[in-house]
Amino acid sequence: MKERLIQAVLFICGLFAVVALALITVFIFQAGAPLVARIGLADFLFNANWDPTAKKPSFGIFAMLVGSIWLTAGALLIGVPLGLAVTVFMTDLAPVRLVTIMRPAIQLLAGIPSVIYGFIGLTLLAPLVRRLFGGPGLSVLTGAIVLGVMILPTVISISEDSIRAVPVALRQGALALGATRWQMLSRIVLPAAKSGIVASVILGMGRALGETMAVIMMIGNSLNLPGSVLDAATTLTSNIGLEMAYASGQHREALFATGVVLFVLIMALNSITNAFVKRNRSGRRA
Amino acid sequence: MLIAGCMVTLVGCSSGRTTANALTLSGSTSVSPFAEHLGELYQKQHAGIAINVQSLGSSAGIQAAIQGVAEIGMSSRDLKTEESAKLDQLVIARDALAVVVHPSNQVSNLTQQQVKDIFAGKIVNWREVGGDDARITLVAREAGSGTFAAFEELVLKGIPVTHAALRQGSNGAIRQVVAEDAHAIGYISLGIVDASVRALAIDSIQPTQLEVIAGHYKFVRKFLFVWTKGKPPGTLAQAFIDYVMSEDGQAEFEKLGLIRAS
Amino acid sequence: MTPRRVQSAVFVVIWLAALLTLLTLAVIIGAIIVRGLPMVSLEFLTRAPEDLGRQGGILPTIAGTVLLGVIALIIAVPVGVGAAIYLTEYTREGRLTAIIRFGTESLAGVPSIIFGLFGFIFFVTTLKMGWSILAGALTLAVMVLPTIIRTTEEAILTVPYSYRDTGYSLGATRWEMVRTTVLPTALPGIVTGIILAFGRAVSETAAVIFTAGTALNLPTSLFSPVRTMAVHFYILAVEGISLDKAYATGTVLILTILAINVVANILVRRVSRKVGR
Repeated sequence: MKERLIQAVLFICGLFAVVALALITVFIFQAGAPLVARIGLADFLFNANWDPTAKKPSFGIFAMLVGSIWLTAGALLIGVPLGLAVTVFMTDLAPVRLVTIMRPAIQLLAGIPSVIYGFIGLTLLAPLVRRLFGGPGLSVLTGAIVLGVMILPTVISISEDSIRAVPVALRQGALALGATRWQMLSRIVLPAAKSGIVASVILGMGRALGETMAVIMMIGNSLNLPGSVLDAATTLTSNIGLEMAYASGQHREALFATGVVLFVLIMALNSITNAFVKRNRSGRRA
Repeated sequence: MLIAGCMVTLVGCSSGRTTANALTLSGSTSVSPFAEHLGELYQKQHAGIAINVQSLGSSAGIQAAIQGVAEIGMSSRDLKTEESAKLDQLVIARDALAVVVHPSNQVSNLTQQQVKDIFAGKIVNWREVGGDDARITLVAREAGSGTFAAFEELVLKGIPVTHAALRQGSNGAIRQVVAEDAHAIGYISLGIVDASVRALAIDSIQPTQLEVIAGHYKFVRKFLFVWTKGKPPGTLAQAFIDYVMSEDGQAEFEKLGLIRAS
Repeated sequence: MTPRRVQSAVFVVIWLAALLTLLTLAVIIGAIIVRGLPMVSLEFLTRAPEDLGRQGGILPTIAGTVLLGVIALIIAVPVGVGAAIYLTEYTREGRLTAIIRFGTESLAGVPSIIFGLFGFIFFVTTLKMGWSILAGALTLAVMVLPTIIRTTEEAILTVPYSYRDTGYSLGATRWEMVRTTVLPTALPGIVTGIILAFGRAVSETAAVIFTAGTALNLPTSLFSPVRTMAVHFYILAVEGISLDKAYATGTVLILTILAINVVANILVRRVSRKVGR
């Protein structure tokens, strides 16, 4: 009897995450979907004119979509090569002592609050970018560099797992055939760890896409379509963060609708990662 | 079980949120710093009382007042018709909008037309208004903010700010960006102007309290307290409002760079 | 170029990448602490802020941070640990666990601004909690739930099967076995997860600012609004209220995170030694 009760309680605990996810979905959609239904999805997504409080308001998030894409792509361009290099360093190159420094360092990088990253971008990097390249300094470039660092821990921890999971026999075989260590890494180990690495990149993408406070601080938040990486831009997240507090009525609906778009994008990325990770997991168990 | 127990207790107390010795004001980021300052002074005079100021934005404050989440809402924009149907309002002070630039900027005066053209994106280089040959970095507020609405209405007269402008979430943030960028221009509450930026004369009239009171400097808006219509917001709220409107409170606002309510 | 030459070149690049990463971390921490540490004093930690934070200390924001974090954990830990026990000890992998896992993984990927929007519209507005410790803590609890589930699951999975067999052979029921054998063995791992979840709560801004508010007073009840250290740092820095105080607050934040990481690492090391990995 007691056993059954406990089992029931634990089961309910297990359902909590699912319930929470469902609640989030329902409430965000409820608040945002009506507006999209009214003005049409295509117009909402592909109209670059965001004038939520004008006499004839216009709710188009294209500029923010483009901003998010630029910023996320930039962050990946910086974070992924750097992250993979650090990963290979930790799995194959570093002396054991150095690994014991690197790992907590990466953890710390993951723990530093995003407002601190944003502050560093705002006070150190933006003035530097302004002095070196001109423009307002608060720009896609500044944001991408800092976000690139912010996604490092995500990229590293997951790709490290998958590289370490590559069977030793594969490594030994390659070396026995006379390959250099780099040949072994680049032609055998990294391809074998591919799905985990891809998963790490997608998760990093999700992190970059979802970051808000740091982005608000660093990219200037202009509503223009960015013409170069030195221009300011706005992302889906930063626009919500910036305007939410002031919004009412349709404007607020439009921000929740922006949230819906972000949420759908993130869930799509999650599902892709889940598929990759699952394949990876089952591969490892076999 | 434990959780269920917690939930019940929590829901149980949710009705008793507003205690007799705590007051929540919520709203405009422009009004907040000043309300917070007066709140601090008030708390010093009255031990055991908490004046909580939530700096969230005019619309959020108005919403909060309508829904009763906050006793008093703070707004730096006029109420819309549907809002004023539900709320009582009181002008607590007036605030001038100053156009600010980096202290090193050569330009010290602009015509209103020039300000319009700059923020509309027609004038893009400081050279065109007598300054250095450098691209203008525009810094504006985001849509929905009271300052944004006031600036569009008072200064731009309905011309929208160009989408190329950088946007920042508060007066302080704009000041911060302008103070950092030698080619920037922005607009902020006169009470927020300090040595890190320089306020421009508009049509040769300096943005000062005297010029505002004399009626020469025109870019002036109202700061409002709002609360649910017909229902006094409670004794503490009333006491705080009385303090804000008292000679002491108004003098304090004046010291901070605002203009008295009347 | 011979394969060996290529290898040397690539390895140099990789070494540089690793050093660059360490350097970046050092710059971030250094930039804050060098300017902030001299301004951190006992007074700074124990006094209320004055003049919007230009003067005085950060006591209410420390209280706000700790309260939000602790209450979030009080809510999330029982649920999260329970979920992990269910997933590992009470059920076979099947459709149901797949759904629970999907929910957990997805929740882990949801950006904090979405939690902020949700918390605002659900806890603050719909349930009428207002901007409050409770609304903030509940939002954070949902946010850290996946972290707790995942780390607890991992900790439980490291408990050797032989322990369980011993338990059963002594005639223990499943729950007795879990309570007396599995949980105590997995405890350090679980605690590590809890500490990391606390770290996540401490460093959060976007979800907290929309649910717990920005008021600078010492909270008096669960329904008081609070401003956390991270939010205070953000406001001081972005509004240009006081850069000195921003650096000082940032220093306290970073030192807190540093301490949390150190403690978590010590625990992890103890666990892995015990398990003999």
